[in-house]
Amino acid sequence: MADYEIPKVTGETGKLAVPAVEHDTMKGTGPWISKPHFQKEMHFPTDFEQIGGTTKYTLVDNWKERALDKLDDLRTRYRSLQVYLDICVKCGACTDKCHYFIGTADAKNMPVARQDLLRKVYRRYFTFAGKYFPKLVGAVDLTEDVVDDWYNYYHQCSQCRRCSVFCPYGIDTAEISMAAREILDHIGRGQKYCTEIMGKVHKIGNNLGLPQAALADTLEGLEEDVEWETGAKVKFPLDKKGADILLITPSADFFAEPHVDGLMGYAKVFHQAGLDWTLSSYASEGANFGMFIGSYENMRRIALRIRKAAQDLGVKRIVFGECGHAWRVAYSFLNTLAGPFDFLDPKYPVPQHVLEITWPLLQAGKLNIDKTRNDDKTLTFHDSCNIARGTRMGDKPGGQFDIPRNVIKAVCNNYVDMNQDTTHDATFCCGGGGGILTDDLMEIRVKGAAPRMEALKNVTENQGVTHMAAICAICKSQFTKVIPYYGFTMDQIVSVHQLVSNALILEGQLEYEKIERDEDDFY
Amino acid sequence: MANLLIDGNDSGIELDEEGYLVDLSSWTPEIANALAETDEPPVDLSEQHWAIITFLREYYEEYQIAPAVRVLTKAVGKKMGRKYGNSKYLYSLFPYGPGKQACKYAGLPKPTGCV
Repeated sequence: MADYEIPKVTGETGKLAVPAVEHDTMKGTGPWISKPHFQKEMHFPTDFEQIGGTTKYTLVDNWKERALDKLDDLRTRYRSLQVYLDICVKCGACTDKCHYFIGTADAKNMPVARQDLLRKVYRRYFTFAGKYFPKLVGAVDLTEDVVDDWYNYYHQCSQCRRCSVFCPYGIDTAEISMAAREILDHIGRGQKYCTEIMGKVHKIGNNLGLPQAALADTLEGLEEDVEWETGAKVKFPLDKKGADILLITPSADFFAEPHVDGLMGYAKVFHQAGLDWTLSSYASEGANFGMFIGSYENMRRIALRIRKAAQDLGVKRIVFGECGHAWRVAYSFLNTLAGPFDFLDPKYPVPQHVLEITWPLLQAGKLNIDKTRNDDKTLTFHDSCNIARGTRMGDKPGGQFDIPRNVIKAVCNNYVDMNQDTTHDATFCCGGGGGILTDDLMEIRVKGAAPRMEALKNVTENQGVTHMAAICAICKSQFTKVIPYYGFTMDQIVSVHQLVSNALILEGQLEYEKIERDEDDFY
Repeated sequence: MANLLIDGNDSGIELDEEGYLVDLSSWTPEIANALAETDEPPVDLSEQHWAIITFLREYYEEYQIAPAVRVLTKAVGKKMGRKYGNSKYLYSLFPYGPGKQACKYAGLPKPTGCV
């Protein structure tokens, strides 16, 4: 299945042992490099070119000076970055906390070492000791080899921030990875996966490049499917002016499985609760890849599409679907990126998560639930890193952990948590977050999933767990792709709202056998 | 960034670093066969594969994008019978995923994003 070794998981404890440090096990050339025309869409420099007949590229002219200028710009613009570069005392608390280090044993995947790839250059050019006594403080010159290491290892960080939880100084490693990628984008080392996708958002409105007509056709198909299954007419409105709610969801919800089953769940909940909602073809993407590459400008351009859609459609609330990075950007940054949202109804939080709608409805008994419809499964829940460590839900601390679990337990009879060192704010990343979910990084994706796979195997073998639910499009896609490497099957990954959808009995819903169907409508 | 090999010879048709056609308009059935034969592992396109490829091309012509997995499974079910209308069947034909592998052979752009 693969020409590299898959980490061994036994399921014995649910937590993998820390490997002995090795060197250069993941040395490489990094992901595919973004071509100049993708960089142009992002307003990044384009004065570099492909080296004839290879997959290699030159750097931009005066790359060294421009890289250092960018670093200087970022450290002065973001005070936090300067602080993080200065205050690390090399205590080592983070070393064994990274899923990529645990899965690869590569020394440079210890968070402190990965950060130091940038820090040692910062020290050389921006600190007194580094300028005059570089060897004493581990400062090095910026060379092409250093750039190659940056490109390779900063794309072996999913910016999940697990290491930050354990850092006694609170250094946000993700911010250092983001800064490094922003510098790389300014010297001809952008990552194709992220920039190609964002170009599509800027042009069409979503990561897939799904135009309005295709989206409308897809949604119409989903209406047919729900009617086929339930006999009820549930609408999936698109660009409906004057609707109350604008739903912003990852475009993977339109395209992939099990994501689409979650989208059908949101639609059923809205329908049953009598909520007037719509999707927007202009802002048909929740995920904001601008965060992955540390580009404030591109993150803002994407966020402003949401603002414009909300104003054009005249909605009262903005609700986000199951997407980890969307919720992080929305919860933490939407107001400063694209606010103020004083045109929305102040009765509701801005923004709101779809689970913050479903959970109160379940509590109030407003959804007719038949839990036995999920009795063929025993569930566990994967906390998505950006939701767990970067956001909150509801009005109580820890809501981002409790609300998804409460919803699952309200619609399923069988639920088990994984090893507590791998859940809540200690959750392990799926291995595909932060711009890593691309085919050219499959090895690091497979290896980085190992800690979660061990935890999952532990509960499947000992507690009868059959399915793992997630509330992030990346987690769902990453797991469906990599769990077969560990002996699971792709259909063991489900959306939380897919479980809601299974159990929710709509008003007027008919028993499956009693639904009158025109065979031509569907199959 | 190699060119496509047809019967072991350089066809002059350019592929991107992920093996997709650079110029989508240059697609022909012969190219689909060559893309499948030179894939890793190689695939011998059967009538069943072609049914999928043909649908993908029709959909792409109308909507300028690959169909969602559910749209595809439903179309396959309609065309070939209900028992084929599921992603399991599609994965049996295109183990790397119908979205990506079938799109590659059909000369469609690769689906991008969190998919």
